Amino acid sequence: MQVTLKDFTKTFDDMTVIDKMNLTVEDGEMLALLGPSGCGKSTTLFAICGIHRINGGQILFGTRDVSNVPSQKRNVGVVFQNYALYPHLTVSENIAFPLSVRGDDKAKIEREVRAIAELTHIEELLARRPAQLSGGQQQRVALARALVRKPDVLLLDEPLANLDAKLRLEMRSEIRRIQLETGITAILVTHDQVEAMSMCDRIAIMNKGEILQIATPTDMYRAPVNKFVAGFLGNPPIVMLEGKASGDGRFIVNGGAGLPLPSRLANIPGDTPLSLGVRPEHFGAAGASQVSGTITFVEPQGRETLFDVTLADGVVLRSIQPAREDVALGHKVAWPLDAEKLLAFDATGQAV
Amino acid sequence: MTRNFSAWPIYALLGILSAPLAVMYLFLVIDTFTNAPPGSLIPNEFTFHHWRFLWDASVTGDVWGPTATTFLFATTMVVIVLAVSSTAGYAISRLNLPFRRFFLSGIMVMHAFPSVTLIIGVFLVLQFAGLYNTLIGVILVKASLMLPFGVWIMKGFYDQVPWEIEMAGVQDGASRFTVWRRLILPQVTPGLLSLGIFAFIDGWSEFMLPRILAPSANFQVLSTYLNVVSDPNSTTYNFNLFKSVGLFYTLPILVLFAVFQNRLMNIFGGGTKG
Ligand SMILES: Nc1ncnc2c1ncn2[C@@H]1O[C@H](COP(=O)(O)OP(=O)(O)OP(=O)(O)O)[C@@H](O)[C@H]1O
Ligand SMILES: [Mg+2]
Repeated sequence: MQVTLKDFTKTFDDMTVIDKMNLTVEDGEMLALLGPSGCGKSTTLFAICGIHRINGGQILFGTRDVSNVPSQKRNVGVVFQNYALYPHLTVSENIAFPLSVRGDDKAKIEREVRAIAELTHIEELLARRPAQLSGGQQQRVALARALVRKPDVLLLDEPLANLDAKLRLEMRSEIRRIQLETGITAILVTHDQVEAMSMCDRIAIMNKGEILQIATPTDMYRAPVNKFVAGFLGNPPIVMLEGKASGDGRFIVNGGAGLPLPSRLANIPGDTPLSLGVRPEHFGAAGASQVSGTITFVEPQGRETLFDVTLADGVVLRSIQPAREDVALGHKVAWPLDAEKLLAFDATGQAV
Repeated sequence: MTRNFSAWPIYALLGILSAPLAVMYLFLVIDTFTNAPPGSLIPNEFTFHHWRFLWDASVTGDVWGPTATTFLFATTMVVIVLAVSSTAGYAISRLNLPFRRFFLSGIMVMHAFPSVTLIIGVFLVLQFAGLYNTLIGVILVKASLMLPFGVWIMKGFYDQVPWEIEMAGVQDGASRFTVWRRLILPQVTPGLLSLGIFAFIDGWSEFMLPRILAPSANFQVLSTYLNVVSDPNSTTYNFNLFKSVGLFYTLPILVLFAVFQNRLMNIFGGGTKG
């Protein structure tokens, strides 16, 4: 089911948290709402499921306007960050709850619970109580309960935040698998860019109640619309250099030497203030121009090694390369810079 | 408990301090079943004589009538207190009520208010409502005096139920009432249980209100009955008989405490969050 927000506005008391947001989630798509803490992700999610009443605009499920429909009638499945399982009920009673509230008969409930338990791989846990489950298992139960009545939309609020690193990896692919198998439209709220990029078809990146860009993970990573998006995606993060264009296709770092600009910016007039974003993988691997400096920091990460290279003028560039031990702290190196892949932003932070 | 120091000195001290009480209770029990020669504490004869009030109404008057009334009094009180506290506590904890702050502070004040000071006003209200000298009147007053405590305690228990559980219930398609009954109420049953026991004990032991608000009524509760029995000027006065009636009166409370003492403690664990 397609979900559309039209000029969605939400205020708490006098504070406008979301102002005229527009967003369309396509049928069967998994969309990530990505943004820093407090930017209004949960608020948006709770408005879609009806926990928050909206102060302006419209929410459409397909062509049906649900702005004033109570939560109970929206047919939305929600997985809360702390799972919100009912502690006094067994797993199967937890999953059966939405169906029994709807008044389904026993045999049907039994059948549906079995089916969804199979999908989420929790068949052998059905008789347990939530307190007897691990975090990952609770997560599966919460998913099963949200999905059991075949909702039109599935909403996930930071579903992985309470899991440890290994489980997070496992549940990431599990949630995606279940979403693909059911073909349900899903919205995932997260502040973790890795989660958003690995699980979702598209990412809507938010800051301060505003959607800055909606794109596929690859497009967003390759062509962020502004500095904020560029800085938010990527780990280790992008290095931002402030400076100006030289007028002859180069970039002059404030108080320092020059770096090449991508050829598409060859005609930019001199003295235009610019920020140049250099992702770690674009320095040290391939490229037309050479940049030399001294290694001032080394962080081995197993498969890869992260280097900080300080140039003669004090500018620090970051480089990530397949693990190598032939260079070490203090060594002088001259590594290639892939100028064509560099990102440039104007004085207002918009990409150029 | 950690065993960094030995606990026996503490036990010994507590034992010595509470010994007089324990001895008294022991004698209370022994005395009701025995006779002792005059001037001696050591009994020399086993007897059910002092318990004859249970089957012989001619001794101190019928005891089962007051017992039934007391039981009715205490259970009705439990029902009223639980019904009102479980709903009002929820409303104050969760719903966006108008005048919520006012209610809250009102409850706090009433909670701390010595109820005796209200008695004149209560008296007038009962007079006006025609409930003076009736059992219903006394029950209503007693229950309402306990409500601030009950509502406050239940609010504390509701406050500890995660907000998301409620929202999950609503998302699952349940009405607010269903959510309350099927999802929230089961989480506060420890609170309800403790509160119910407290209400029962409170009702069972109430003496003042029946005395003041129904002095000439045609019913008696056990406390007023005991008061009559213990009157040294009455013709039937007998100290051992008084002890037996007293023990009979305290027995249900002792049993309740013995069975539920662990449960009763958690009312203080659960009901503290403002
Ligand atoms: N019930 C509320 N009353 C008042 N302000 C609120 C309420 N809920 C949220 N806010 C405010 O709205 C803003 C957005 O909150 P929201 O919970 O949507 O953030 P978020 O993006 O989900 O952040 P996080 O990643 O920390 O969960 C915050 O500034 C928050 O203080
Ligand atoms: Mg949030």
